[in-house]
Amino acid sequence: MTLGLINANPVVHAKKERVARNEDLHCDDAVDPLEIYDILNLILFFFSDIRDPEHPYSLEQLSVLSEESITVDDKLGRILITFTPTIQHCSMATIIGLCLRVKLQECFPPHYKVDIKVFPGSHADEEAVNKQLNDKERVAAALENPNLRQLVDECLYSNEL
Amino acid sequence: MELKEIQTLEGHSDKVWGLSWNPATGTSDIPPVFASCSGDKTVRIWEQNSSNRLWHCKAVLEETHTRTVRSCAWSPSGKLLATASFDATTAIWENIGGDFECVSTLEGHENEVKSVSWNASGSLLATCSRDKTVWIWEVMAGNEFECVSVLQGHTQDVKMVKWHPTMDVLFSCSYDNTVKVWAEDGTGDWECVQTLGESNNGHSSTVWAFAFNAEGDRMVTCSDDLTLKIWKTDVGRMQSSDDLAPWTHLCTLSGYHDRTIFSVHWSREGIIASGAADDALRFFVESKDGLVDSSSYKLLLKKEKAHDMDINSVQWGPGA
Repeated sequence: MTLGLINANPVVHAKKERVARNEDLHCDDAVDPLEIYDILNLILFFFSDIRDPEHPYSLEQLSVLSEESITVDDKLGRILITFTPTIQHCSMATIIGLCLRVKLQECFPPHYKVDIKVFPGSHADEEAVNKQLNDKERVAAALENPNLRQLVDECLYSNEL
Repeated sequence: MELKEIQTLEGHSDKVWGLSWNPATGTSDIPPVFASCSGDKTVRIWEQNSSNRLWHCKAVLEETHTRTVRSCAWSPSGKLLATASFDATTAIWENIGGDFECVSTLEGHENEVKSVSWNASGSLLATCSRDKTVWIWEVMAGNEFECVSVLQGHTQDVKMVKWHPTMDVLFSCSYDNTVKVWAEDGTGDWECVQTLGESNNGHSSTVWAFAFNAEGDRMVTCSDDLTLKIWKTDVGRMQSSDDLAPWTHLCTLSGYHDRTIFSVHWSREGIIASGAADDALRFFVESKDGLVDSSSYKLLLKKEKAHDMDINSVQWGPGA
């Protein structure tokens, strides 16, 4: 499937140093935003090098996802992810969002409500992308599409270390 | 006042998306029956045991749909069950000697079929899809179905279709934030006779579902915009003329839901039930405050954590 990623010269930012953390990602207690960040980083990294192996930067460096863009409300059981597609018209935005959602569903208890949005002002079709990403019927149908499912699986599982 | 859970029915191995009560059951001598449909690609038929009042699964309709079954609807006679699937087909099932057999498969939609509805007399069937169209099928002898119209007009995914309870007028709601009303123009062609959008006090996001009151002069719609809206039509005009009486906005119930409302249903006694993405059930009734022309609705009861996850469908059952 052609992905059409167009990002020849990504802007790279210095990666922040972080203290090593517990590797157990399947926590049923309080959900740590930093854990989510690590999981999602793996996914987004996939997109940064899938068409452009010469730019294997993490998406934090490409400013797609930062620790500030993950909000968790443990009491209500809600997670909000805000990500920034690297360019304004990124056609991959909905696919990236779909992969993020599938990964979150796998890692966290089913009662968590997950909302995924593009960072305000970061995409030309912001409203349209957000609407699709948060329509659970559309998400469910998309994941039954073999082509899309294969892409999502490649993203989620080809990077498992 | 409280809501008490009688039983949890297990069996499906994936999300349960919809359910439909068999209208020919639930009477004094026929135990109630309903069908449920799921992401596990099957439909289950459930019946209540009259002696111990417990529900059990009496049939599993499987190996037909190849993707999620999103919605199901019994014909008014209770003899046929239509099931709409993400596999782009609508299957028609008949109970033949205790076994449910797929007697017909309706093809034509380009992608996922979201909803299916029979008209009051059972002579027409309507389906809708992500392909933005609504199809009307005529029910012929021998379980044959003929498509008589493909209705275009919605600009996005059509989430639900339902026939008016007494007239052959069809309603549909969509990801395009509108509700459309379709009727025959007198020469056998179907056309959109009204669109309820933002300009007529309509919803500002996807309209997921709607329901009519028993009299058919009120309709409630529910949406991703977190509101329920009540609409009305002129009863007298509706019954007496060929002209279709327009629907107008009566009131909006906002501030009660903080996540998407997926389903709404109006009981015969006038109680509106809503099912939402916060796992809660809410019940609303009209509150008459003595003013002739005004109408408002109040929250009767909220049942939090009615389910462990989003509620996809609410349907009032037959009788008490």
